[in-house]
Amino acid sequence: MAKLSIEQLEKSFDGQHILENLSFKVDEGEFVSILGPSGSGKSTLFHLIGGLYTPDAGNIILDGKTINGKKGSISYMPQSHALLPWRTILENVMLGGEIAGKKDTKRAQEMIEKAGLTGYEHAYPSQLSGGMKQRVSFIRSLLSPQHLICLDEPFSALDEFTRLEMQHWLLSIWEKHKRSILFVTHNIEEALYLSDRIIILSNKPASVQKEIILPFSRPRQEDIMLTEQFLQYKRDIYRALKFMN
Amino acid sequence: MKHLIQKGWRPTAVLILLFVLWELASRLFAIPVWLLPAPSDIWLEAINGWEQYNQHILSTILLSITGFTIGSSVGLLVAVALHLLPNVREAVYPLMILSQNIPIIVLAPLLVIWFGFGWLPKLIVIILVCFFPIAVSTMDGFRQTDRELMHYMKMAGATNGQIFRKVEWPQAIPSIFSGLKIAATYSVMGAVISEWLGANKGIGVYMTLASSSFRTDRVFVAIVLIMTMSLLFFGVITQLEKRTTKWKQEEDESHG
Ligand SMILES: Nc1ncnc2c1ncn2[C@@H]1O[C@H](COP(=O)(O)OP(=O)(O)OP(=O)(O)O)[C@@H](O)[C@H]1O
Ligand SMILES: [Mg+2]
Repeated sequence: MAKLSIEQLEKSFDGQHILENLSFKVDEGEFVSILGPSGSGKSTLFHLIGGLYTPDAGNIILDGKTINGKKGSISYMPQSHALLPWRTILENVMLGGEIAGKKDTKRAQEMIEKAGLTGYEHAYPSQLSGGMKQRVSFIRSLLSPQHLICLDEPFSALDEFTRLEMQHWLLSIWEKHKRSILFVTHNIEEALYLSDRIIILSNKPASVQKEIILPFSRPRQEDIMLTEQFLQYKRDIYRALKFMN
Repeated sequence: MKHLIQKGWRPTAVLILLFVLWELASRLFAIPVWLLPAPSDIWLEAINGWEQYNQHILSTILLSITGFTIGSSVGLLVAVALHLLPNVREAVYPLMILSQNIPIIVLAPLLVIWFGFGWLPKLIVIILVCFFPIAVSTMDGFRQTDRELMHYMKMAGATNGQIFRKVEWPQAIPSIFSGLKIAATYSVMGAVISEWLGANKGIGVYMTLASSSFRTDRVFVAIVLIMTMSLLFFGVITQLEKRTTKWKQEEDESHG
């Protein structure tokens, strides 16, 4: 059974059609990326899955239950890090569990350590670099009790070096925990390097334009980015995106 | 401390220079003491007149603190209530802003007519001047939420109560403190004004007595006392603020 199925989802804002007949699935322990142009409705899709809005039509099914308009069923990492500036890193990381009523300080401390943020437990977000804040935000979503993690362009604000480092780090953490991840990006290489499957959205209104299952093995090696196969996929996706505009 | 000296020596030097000029001018032009006393005259009166005014200080301080405490509490409560009832807020908020433009001086005689010369009208004046800055700045603080942060909280399943306790309230604390600082200075001013209207004790009374008997030096002593009180009050709240909003200082430091 699929972890998450999106079935014929429709959404309009002020008469503007954003999502149209959007359907796809995410399996247990799978890493799925959604690739689409800016403004195509990727964040809107997450907001729908998160229950912030209800869809105009269609269903969002998580673990066999329809969750249309139901909040608190997924773990979410927004486009900006969205950390609470008045909380220390440790307190921030535990926010998701706290909301659900289960705080686990010991596990939080462990994860902070694994993220290479030892010594920053009691620092405030403003004292951290952009990459570190993004890591904290990711740990926060990992520590949330919900099983499906939705990441909305987590690395788009970072420079190329930090971005590569963070992708590598994300994979190393995820390969140990194997949670289902839905990952939004508009960076082709990032999607290729990280995912098991890529879903390409069409431009307004967004629906599934193309789906690509990637053959790269896990644990992922960074040097796959230089292989001919990788570049071939990159060209295909590039053309698919180009064709849309 | 070093920081304070580094930043403070210039204004201190200017202040000392002004006092020296003032002293020299009053001696050189032999300005009569009832018109403009020299700083040294004021200083002497401040020391020798302690017996005259010490009884007044306590009364004004008590009045200010009581009024400030009640006014701030009411302001906070009203702000929270209006924030949690957005419909009522929309009806009331513009009126609150409008009412802030009524100078308290014009209200004071009315309060005397309604409530007589007792402590009640005085307290009401102070409560009114403290209430508005706190209510308005607290409400502004509640509303400065970051959109993505709110999305995160809602999607994580946070209830309205959790959002209020974990996001809106802590984020409003710096604004609440700026409201409190304004209210603290206003409360001393409010106390003095209300004492002018009729009282038997207080710096305001000491001041009216001094000016009606042309003891200008005492008027200046009163001004110094009022300033000192306001500054002390302000200082206490600033210290409290520093302790409560450590994260804010880290933020200010790392942004230059
Ligand atoms: N609450 C809303 N009310 C009205 N319009 C909205 C709302 N949320 C999103 N939109 C519109 O939906 C469209 C898609 O927005 P969305 O943020 O989902 O795009 P995106 O794919 O995430 O873009 P980006 O890559 O820039 O983050 C935009 O045109 C936006 O203006
Ligand atoms: Mg977006």
